[in-house]
Amino acid sequence: MNRIEVDARGLRCPLPVIRLAAAARDAPAGTLITVLTSDPAARHDVPAWCRMRDHELREMTEVPDASGTDAASAAHPAYLRFVVVVRPHPSKAAGGGSNSARSSRAM
Amino acid sequence: MLPPARATLMAALDAGWADPRRLYAEGRRARALLDQAREELAGGLGVRPPEVSFLPAGPAALRAGLDGLRYAGRRRGARMVATAVEHSAILTTGRYHAAQAEEPSLFAEVPVDRVGRVDLSALEQAVAVPGTVLAAVQSANGEVGTRQPLGQAYELCRARGIPLLVDAMASLGHDAPPAHFDVLAGDARSWGGPAGLGVLVVPERTRWRRPGPVSELELGRTDVEPVVAIALAAAEAWRQSQATRVDEAARSSAIVRRLRAAAGHLRDVEVVGDADDRLPHVLTFSLLYVDGEALLTELDRRGFAVASGSACTSSTLEPSHVLTAMGMLTHGNVRITLPLSMIAPTLEDDIDRFIAELPAAVAAVRARLGASDL
Repeated sequence: MNRIEVDARGLRCPLPVIRLAAAARDAPAGTLITVLTSDPAARHDVPAWCRMRDHELREMTEVPDASGTDAASAAHPAYLRFVVVVRPHPSKAAGGGSNSARSSRAM
Repeated sequence: MLPPARATLMAALDAGWADPRRLYAEGRRARALLDQAREELAGGLGVRPPEVSFLPAGPAALRAGLDGLRYAGRRRGARMVATAVEHSAILTTGRYHAAQAEEPSLFAEVPVDRVGRVDLSALEQAVAVPGTVLAAVQSANGEVGTRQPLGQAYELCRARGIPLLVDAMASLGHDAPPAHFDVLAGDARSWGGPAGLGVLVVPERTRWRRPGPVSELELGRTDVEPVVAIALAAAEAWRQSQATRVDEAARSSAIVRRLRAAAGHLRDVEVVGDADDRLPHVLTFSLLYVDGEALLTELDRRGFAVASGSACTSSTLEPSHVLTAMGMLTHGNVRITLPLSMIAPTLEDDIDRFIAELPAAVAAVRARLGASDL
């Protein structure tokens, strides 16, 4: 199975989601994308992106401060780790996806 | 501020400058003006004048309402219940008390659904927990516009003997005043009044007691003296806003419907909040792959003043607690609050221009982030 890691630690919203979306755009369906992010908004926005774009959010874990060496924990204190499964691309050539991305409930 | 309220404020600065507690003629005149303002607001809110107090701002009135219910209920317990989308004045106070007591269960935040409406069965369970002394539910959410089912919330609280604190800061002046509450808080800015006036309503039947030393100010509900001119201007704004409220609401609703439809046509957007059961004058939507701060700046450059619940636009870099409680996208968020027509007579034209320019503004921000084709 295809696996990609997107390390977005240190980037602020909306960049983690943009990096994730860029990775998902070029990946075949079923690819597992692991996203690492320290952005507090990503906790909510990665799940929201998955919902809007019909990708599967398989896992969200909080990675605590790296215990042990101080240098490592200073570089990356606590962060979130998401695992996303890329959905099959619909009619990508037709520029589709925008309709399904809208929340019909809110309209 | 509404122009007639501004004129009243200017006039009242001359007529009502004196200390209303003094017995000389100027003091008595100031007292009479303050009483007049209180009567006007009490009449509008359907309560008696001694049940209305003026505080320095809406959030201060809300916090005072909370503190007084909590203190009055201290022999029964100290547990408080609030919806997860309440004003931060409620949430931060509740969390503070729970943290101080090192007892997280002393503050319960009741979840909301995807449109931001409180889960009534969760609220019912929360107020059934022994030791609960109050529940806080807003009349409507000022960020996303969704109205709360106040009548039902009131009934299920009353069945348990739990007083209901209602935050009407977003709705007063736009919706009919709430009919169901045990304590009510509002802010004069919401009905086109001046900044610097909160209203706290404590009906006689409600068990409420201000913690701290006894105060003679505002029927004992604050220790800050209200500014007479500000209160009088707020009362004048109230009178004006009530006279035009139904027409204003119809006009605002029509504009909000247009704006929500226009926003809904953008690519990768979530238009947030209930589509119909909502405040007439606010709306919000979130855009994927858009930096909220950049979009605000782009719109500001084009002459539009909008707000945002995105993390990058807040001082704490945390996204709006309302959007996160609803599970909505938090980045690329735009929040619009429409002014009353007396304040913005050319609003319809401005909205036309906004709708025309919004797609280009969004596209510009997405292009800058390299997110045009995601």
